[in-house]
Amino acid sequence: MRIEKRIQPSRGAFVWAPLSALIFTLSISALLVLWAGAPVGHTYVLLLQGAFGSVVALSETLTRAIPLMLTGLAAAVAFKARLFNIGAEGQLYAGALAAVAVGGLHGGSGFAIAPSVLFIFMIVAAALAGALMLLGPALLKSHLGVDEVVTTLLLNFIALLFVSMMLDGPMKDPSAMGWPQSVALNSELELSKLIPQTRVHSGLIGAFFLAIGLWVLMNFTVLGFDIRAVGASSRASAFAGVSISKTTLWVALLSGGLAGLAGAIEVAGRTSYVTLDMSPGYGYSGIVIAMLAGLHPLGVLAASLLVAGVMVGADSMSRAVGVPTFIADVIVATSLLSVMVASMLTQYRVRLR
Amino acid sequence: MSALLDIMANAAFWVAVLRIATPLIFGTLGVLLCERAGVLNLGIEGMMVAGAFSGWLAVYWGAPLWLGVLTAAAVGMFLGLFHAFFTVVLALSQHVCGLGITLLATAVSYYGYRVTFPKVSTPPTVTPFTAMDGLGIPILDQQTPLTLLALLLVPILGYVLYRTPVGLAVRMVGENPQAAEGQGVSVLAVRTGAIMVGSALMGVAGSFLTLSAFNAFFFNMVNGRGWICIALVVFASWRPGKALLGALLFAFFDALQLRLQQTGGAVLPYQLYLMLPYVLSIVALVLVARKASYPQALMKPYRKGER
Repeated sequence: MRIEKRIQPSRGAFVWAPLSALIFTLSISALLVLWAGAPVGHTYVLLLQGAFGSVVALSETLTRAIPLMLTGLAAAVAFKARLFNIGAEGQLYAGALAAVAVGGLHGGSGFAIAPSVLFIFMIVAAALAGALMLLGPALLKSHLGVDEVVTTLLLNFIALLFVSMMLDGPMKDPSAMGWPQSVALNSELELSKLIPQTRVHSGLIGAFFLAIGLWVLMNFTVLGFDIRAVGASSRASAFAGVSISKTTLWVALLSGGLAGLAGAIEVAGRTSYVTLDMSPGYGYSGIVIAMLAGLHPLGVLAASLLVAGVMVGADSMSRAVGVPTFIADVIVATSLLSVMVASMLTQYRVRLR
Repeated sequence: MSALLDIMANAAFWVAVLRIATPLIFGTLGVLLCERAGVLNLGIEGMMVAGAFSGWLAVYWGAPLWLGVLTAAAVGMFLGLFHAFFTVVLALSQHVCGLGITLLATAVSYYGYRVTFPKVSTPPTVTPFTAMDGLGIPILDQQTPLTLLALLLVPILGYVLYRTPVGLAVRMVGENPQAAEGQGVSVLAVRTGAIMVGSALMGVAGSFLTLSAFNAFFFNMVNGRGWICIALVVFASWRPGKALLGALLFAFFDALQLRLQQTGGAVLPYQLYLMLPYVLSIVALVLVARKASYPQALMKPYRKGER
């Protein structure tokens, strides 16, 4: 058996490859649903209804999609330049912590400035905190050749412990009865709700514009060209005069900044304070989303909705038929792997000799 | 300072060091074998979870303890075959496939636990391995047979890698797959084999947690140990002996932070002690970065006939 590059991408493969990825994912999860002793069709219907079936369901899915869009963008820009940032989870927490530090400590009034200005400070601080978290690994990679996968992964644990330390110490909410949560954000800094009586907030619009902004940056600017060039072939782009370390640095700032923003927007839009469980692995899911989207910024928006839908739908389905919510992670992981295979088969053919 | 010496004078401390090191030794040797063949296996975290769960479940259902360990190895091997299919046969991104397998193996294990035990508040337990009292070697006789197995595996892996044709083939496909193929070595077969054996070790690393260190399965019990193993392999410059040293050193600091937390914990927040192992891993990576001798073909997918 050998694998050959197709002379031109197969048109037919563009149709049947994603379709078979979908069918494969659904059948693997169907097996697990059967293991739990639930009816497969009914379970999928409940999952879909729970994700998109009503205004409330849809609003929950959108709410869940907002941080995923931002971490998805963070992963997309980094992976495009082959900077494998697996640390978006830690960067998200760093951003959330910075947001509360600026907009929540001192009762939110320590800085005697208008809330609108404070809001900008808060956003900038969060983006900077996330960016700085990735700056170290990026510098270590470009100057010392330290693999960024391991350093960013390990930094996630350090960041989470640091957050835990802050929640026990200087940023502890004294009125939380010993519950580990930070002081609350100044309520004037909170994002407005898009639909009354739901949790979906204006962070959605922010994420949308950031995606468009990133798309413009990647396709119509010199920096975007450099990023794509470094990702495609760092050797060739170095010969062409692109500074690899400089581009890597910019990518790190962008990617870490986006992940930091995810944390700030979660705090300002949904939780209003930092807890240790505010992110159920949004940073890691962002990588899956970026891959499902083929690293395309606008595709990230769609992929986030899909993944958020699976998560929210699984929650409500689980309450009804008792299939564990972990099925959501199974679906997401299986779709990641099968989409990777499918997209490869549009470029390559498998020849059995 | 004297507090530190007190801790280290205690035999119980060194027993703890060896116990903490055991899963890291298994895992690090597994990663080392995969990377020597040129493949980064980020599936380790999920393979450890799957090994911990499947090995424990087999014993819970009445299998003897060693059969539980074998189950964990078989599950790891199966996941390794999966990993090899993606990264070797199809030559897809090793980062993303590894993470995908971690996500999948973790999710399926947690799902399986919830399906098997829908409404338990306290985790069900098994009777774990007991210490090898009759061994007569201090510190080691306080350990379970799995620790002895881990220690024995270090010279075995070293011998296989450096003194046998199989080991030579593994190192060849990790350094220069084109040349290996030219010598008639099947890159596909050698890499697949290395990943499967390495992944089996990762499964056993997980089973140590549920069948020896603890007696039950918890969510989040692996808690990043797999990623530590990945860092330790770089620290060890891909040599089994140094991997053992790295695992012991890491376990030493981990055990130390546990003791310090109990004795002098009031001085500093306990989180700082918990951070120590992760910070040290990064420091170790930075220190060896300049002279690290990466296997030349690491993370480079190989497609036959493609340059």
